[in-house]
Amino acid sequence: MDAYKTYPKKRLSIIIEAPYLSRLLESLDSLEVPGYTVLPALGGKGQAGSWRRDSLSSDAGRMVQVILILDAEKVAAILKLVRKVLDRQMGIVTLSDVEVLRPDSF
Amino acid sequence: MDFTLAAQNLISPPVLFFALGVFAALARSELAIPEAVAKALSLYLMLAIGFKGGVAAGEHGLGLDLLTVIGAAVALSFVIPLIAFALLRTTTRLSQVDQAAIAAHYGSISIVTFIAATAALNAASITYPGIMVAAAAAMEVPAIITALWLARRGRQNGSQQQPTPWREVVLNGSVVLLIGAFAVGMATGERGYEDVAPFIVDPFKGVLCLFLLDMGLVAGRELRHVARTLSPALLVFGLYMPMVGGVLGALAALLIGLDRGGIAILSVLTASASYIAVPAAMRLALPEAKPSLYLTLSLAVTFPFNLTIGIPFYIALAGWLS
Repeated sequence: MDAYKTYPKKRLSIIIEAPYLSRLLESLDSLEVPGYTVLPALGGKGQAGSWRRDSLSSDAGRMVQVILILDAEKVAAILKLVRKVLDRQMGIVTLSDVEVLRPDSF
Repeated sequence: MDFTLAAQNLISPPVLFFALGVFAALARSELAIPEAVAKALSLYLMLAIGFKGGVAAGEHGLGLDLLTVIGAAVALSFVIPLIAFALLRTTTRLSQVDQAAIAAHYGSISIVTFIAATAALNAASITYPGIMVAAAAAMEVPAIITALWLARRGRQNGSQQQPTPWREVVLNGSVVLLIGAFAVGMATGERGYEDVAPFIVDPFKGVLCLFLLDMGLVAGRELRHVARTLSPALLVFGLYMPMVGGVLGALAALLIGLDRGGIAILSVLTASASYIAVPAAMRLALPEAKPSLYLTLSLAVTFPFNLTIGIPFYIALAGWLS
C-alpha cells in the first residue's frame, strides 16, 4: 500500500444533548457501525440560548459530539436511524467527505 | 416566625457562600468551579447524608415507621405536580408540555436544599429521623411519572410520543447513591460510622460551603436571564409554589406523627424543586418543553428562595405544628 495514498469516506458528525447519548450509541451499536468517537463540548449558543459546561447543574443542556467515519453506502441506513432517534431533540447533524489513510478500519 | 432562626440561617457560612457565588456571577467575575469538581462535591454530599441517615435509621430500627414515611413522601411527590400544573394552567399561558415539565420539578426534590435544611436543623439543635433520607430518595421519581401523564394527556392522539426513559429515571445517579449509602449506613451501623466519620462528618460543612458557592455561581448566571425568560406570573409561581408544597408537606408529616425535625424536613422536601434529575429526565421524555423555563425557575428563583427564606420558615412552621 502506498504510504501517501488516501481513500474517500464519509464523516458523519452528530451533536446531541448529553442525556440522549446512551440511546444514540445503543442504536448505532444495533446497526453494527464500525466505530465512533464521542467528544465533549465546552459550551455553545443556539436557538435555546447559550450555555457553558461549568455553569450547568445537570446533564440537561450539555452537548456532546459523536463522530463516525463510514463507507458511502452505509450512510443512508445510519442517517435514517439518526433521524428517528433524534426526531424532536436538539442537535446538529452534518455529513462531509473525508480522506482516510487506512480504509480497512472503517 | 422565629427571627433569630431566620437571621442565624442567613448569616450561616453555607448561605453566605451561596450569596458570594450569586454576586460573583452577577458581577461577571471569572470565578468558576470546574464541572467535574462540582459533580464530585455533590456526590460527596449525597454519600455523607445517605450514610448518616442509614446509621440513624439502623439505630432506631425499621418497620411501619419507614413504610408510612415513604408512603407519604411518594404520595406527595405524585400529587404536588397536579397542584402545580393546575396553578400554572390558571395563571400562565405556557404550552401544556411546558406546564407539565415545570410541575415535575416541584413534585421532585432538591437534595442540596434538603442538605442545607439538615445543616440549619443541626445548628438549631433540632434532631430529625434518619429515615427522612430515604423519603428524599423516594420523592425524586414519582413526580416525573405524573408530569409525563399530564403532558401526554394534552397531546393529540396519533402524534408521536417519546417512550418513557424508565431506566434513566428510576436508576438516576442520585437515587442510586442516596439509597445505596443509606443501605451501607444501616448495614454497618455505629462501628462503620466511627470508621468513616473523619471523612463524612468533619469536612461536611466545608464541602457544603464550596458546593453552595458553585450553586450560587450557577444560580447567578441564570438570574441574569430571569427578566428575559420568565413572565411575572411564572416568576411569582417560583416563589409561592414552594410555600404551597411546604405547607402541604408539613401537614402530611403532622398527620403521620413525625416530630418537629421530621415535619421540617418533609416540608422542605415538598417545597424544594429539582434541578438535576428532573431536567435530565425532561430532556429525554419531553424534549419540546423549554429547558430555559424550568431550569431558570428552579435554579434562579425557587432554590435561592428556599435557601434563604424558605428553610427558616419551614422549620418555624414545624415548631408551630408540633
